Amino acid sequence: MNLVFKTDETFRDNFVFSKTPEAIRHFPFPFHEDSYMYAVNIEPHTKGPVGSATEFAIDVDEHYVAEMAERALVLKEDPLRCQALPHMMLAQWDVLELLMTSMAQDYPEHFTLKRDGDRWHWVNRPLAIDQHFVFGDAATLPCQPMEYVTRQCQGDFCILDQRENNLWMDAGIATAQADWSLDFDIGMNFMEWHGPVPLAHELGVFDRALKFLLNLQQGRPVRRLNWTMTINPRMDTSPEKYHKWGADRATVTPENAGQKVHLRVELQGLWRLPRSNAIVFSIRGYLMSLADIAAIPKWSRRLHRVLKTLPPELIDYKGLTRYRDAAVTWLSQFDDGAPTSPGCAPD
Amino acid sequence: MSGGVQIPVRVAAIETVGRDIKRFRLEPRSGEPMPRFSGGSHVVVTMQSGAQTYRNPYSLMGSPDDGSRYEISVLRTGQSRGGSHFMHDTAAVGTALTISHPINLFPIDQRGRKHILIAGGIGITPFMAMAEQLDLLGQPFELHYAMRSAACGAYAESLAARYGRRVHLYQSDQGRRIPLAQLLDHQPLGTHLYVCGPGAMIEWVMSSARGAGWPKESLHFERFLPPPSGTTFEVRLALSNRTVPVGEHESILEAVEAAGIDAPYLCRGGACGQCETAVLSADGELDHMDHYLTPEEKGAGRQIMICVSRLKGRVLELDL
Repeated sequence: MNLVFKTDETFRDNFVFSKTPEAIRHFPFPFHEDSYMYAVNIEPHTKGPVGSATEFAIDVDEHYVAEMAERALVLKEDPLRCQALPHMMLAQWDVLELLMTSMAQDYPEHFTLKRDGDRWHWVNRPLAIDQHFVFGDAATLPCQPMEYVTRQCQGDFCILDQRENNLWMDAGIATAQADWSLDFDIGMNFMEWHGPVPLAHELGVFDRALKFLLNLQQGRPVRRLNWTMTINPRMDTSPEKYHKWGADRATVTPENAGQKVHLRVELQGLWRLPRSNAIVFSIRGYLMSLADIAAIPKWSRRLHRVLKTLPPELIDYKGLTRYRDAAVTWLSQFDDGAPTSPGCAPD
Repeated sequence: MSGGVQIPVRVAAIETVGRDIKRFRLEPRSGEPMPRFSGGSHVVVTMQSGAQTYRNPYSLMGSPDDGSRYEISVLRTGQSRGGSHFMHDTAAVGTALTISHPINLFPIDQRGRKHILIAGGIGITPFMAMAEQLDLLGQPFELHYAMRSAACGAYAESLAARYGRRVHLYQSDQGRRIPLAQLLDHQPLGTHLYVCGPGAMIEWVMSSARGAGWPKESLHFERFLPPPSGTTFEVRLALSNRTVPVGEHESILEAVEAAGIDAPYLCRGGACGQCETAVLSADGELDHMDHYLTPEEKGAGRQIMICVSRLKGRVLELDL
């Protein structure tokens, strides 16, 4: 995809946000069938089709520059959105290496990384950054390595330390999250931070997922998709900012749902990190309005059916209670009852 | 590939470093750098000897920050099932091997304020990289290394030369023994302890430390079990619709692989849980040898770790 960055987009206040037709097809639509239930839907994070969100390990899209400006705004207002416990420094460098090497390899026109032993030179053209630093020496960067690199990479990140047969959220950055708080979860283990999720515990989903992740191997990253919905193209729907976005949910009507209601999909990637044996968990969020989803007939048909049949516990947990009916009504105009083809991709 | 992504390597150097212990330097056949790794990692080495395939886990010893080469040490074991004898007698400079990506089941707890490393014999190998990593990070550590005699103590001199007073050597033929009680008694809060060596030594260190009031979260051990021998039996593989004989000196996993069936594994030593397989029926007693399943799970007999455990009976039916 020939990327043209939209530099004037905003994800708050006046909400300036749109998608090109290529970006609509780029969206990682998460439903492979006409209904939804939890599953351990983990697959190898290998190269996806050209133009898809999984074409490259780390996806950069047309919203890159605007999303990085939004991240800077959030961090300025609330520095606790980025935290790392002291024992995670080695893992921070692992993350910096993973993101820089991946972006430079897959988007050479935008990013360049030159390495001479531990002397590194990083060039980020879209953000006009040119940085020489010593790998392993945090004093040679303007901030700690995880913060430095994730200020230049779309998506939230958690770094999970592995010990005592568990994973511990001991570092991370979250400025575009779906109603969870890094400041609250920092230091918790896998079972603790998943405590609030309904139904899945009973299905044994987390026991199996943890067992799988404890044996995640270097060189074999995995991914999964998660989803929820957000009113307006707002990246930062954190608990800390609930007073800003909570009331939005009461503004949806069957008439405006197409513009207001956005499907929020998280492309979650997991990599075993080499030096620290930690795991980095990336949560790359994509927003798309129901109106844009309607550009793909298969997707609007299917989303209508998924929302209509969603179990009540999930409607509550995902925070859709107040506007789910309006969204279903709006989407019903695109559902002619025709069968949908298997898989997530557009027809 | 059930063991994960494989890296083709060649033997670049071989050196005898102790009685029946050889060090092998492995370099990537592609010339591309190999992954960095964390201290305590191992790789599974796949050896091809004619039609026979051997796979053994070996700890990585070299610098965790050097992707141009990996180093492993191989002890020639008395009751080798073939792997260590192949490495000692057949492997030469230039021999092609494949290795898994590094896997770490014995990582440093990065929260530790101080790290006590206790090695017995060939159990020194994971500590070579761990000491290097701790030294690189500037974290305080002590290495206590017990050996039968100076001749058996691979790397003892180079470790002492490199880390000075942080290294303590104990030769049992000189009547020297690790002063464990004293060691356990005089450590600052936040100290982590790691032990790798013979089973009896691990038991001794772990139970002494627990007895001295150490929290179990601060205690770490690595014990690779070579697959034990036993009597022959058959495995009936329900998914593959095959029946495979398991020899006296062969693990179920090895027998299944020899029959051309791809089964998942990582450590091949009963530690990681990757090869857990559902038992459909067994006409005898399951001989659980792993330290992954809980005693309750072992008692229930519904799962088996096929890399080390066996059947005392005739036919074992597996969901594989």
